[in-house]
Amino acid sequence: MSTKKFMYVNRKAPYGTVYALESLEVVLIGAAFEQDVSLCFIGDGVYQIAKNQKTDGIGMKNFSPTFKALGDYEVNKLYVEKESLEARGLTLDDLMDLTWEDEDEDYAEKPSIRLVSSAELAEVLDEQDVVLSF
Amino acid sequence: MSTLHTVNKSPFERDSLSSCIRLATKGSAILLIEDGVFGAMAGTDHSDMVKGAMANASVYVLGPDLAARGMSEDRVIDGIQVVDYSGFVDLTKQHNTCQSWL
Repeated sequence: MSTKKFMYVNRKAPYGTVYALESLEVVLIGAAFEQDVSLCFIGDGVYQIAKNQKTDGIGMKNFSPTFKALGDYEVNKLYVEKESLEARGLTLDDLMDLTWEDEDEDYAEKPSIRLVSSAELAEVLDEQDVVLSF
Repeated sequence: MSTLHTVNKSPFERDSLSSCIRLATKGSAILLIEDGVFGAMAGTDHSDMVKGAMANASVYVLGPDLAARGMSEDRVIDGIQVVDYSGFVDLTKQHNTCQSWL
């Protein structure tokens, strides 16, 4: 089976709706098929990977730590649209420190988050074989 | 007569907050809950609209919903009061009616 480029598009904030959690679950299932997987975070989707999520007070599971496991499944291309962050008064510092280990470079730790402009993200989206929207 | 308005949608995704602000009368209260809490943050594209509303209405935000989303109370717009669940109950008691902007 040939490898295809899969893109998961995340546009919803976590907790208010179930989209963010559902997307993450599909990403983890899809990771077993050894495809070329990317995620992107557009609009309110950027809130999914915000630092310091503490859900004790709302009685829901905090699923944000799961994003840290994606690197172990070779899911290490997380595109974040710069314009979406800026509109929300956020910077890269407000996002979780998501990394992966490159086994070709003696397991060097590398950042998974790629901050891109709208124009850059448009090109990445254009290159995909399969786009899954959440 | 005064009304407590609750807004549970992100201002970036829906017009719930802008409609609420446009239609809330003087002396009413606006409580931001669930994804509505993003409207309470300083430095966003919607901060000025919310600051404008504060001349007319008291604005509150639910602390547990901020914390769940990793939004720091330190970065809430000055003058917006952070309340907990019992504060939410108090607000409902202090107002005659409650309108939910879903």
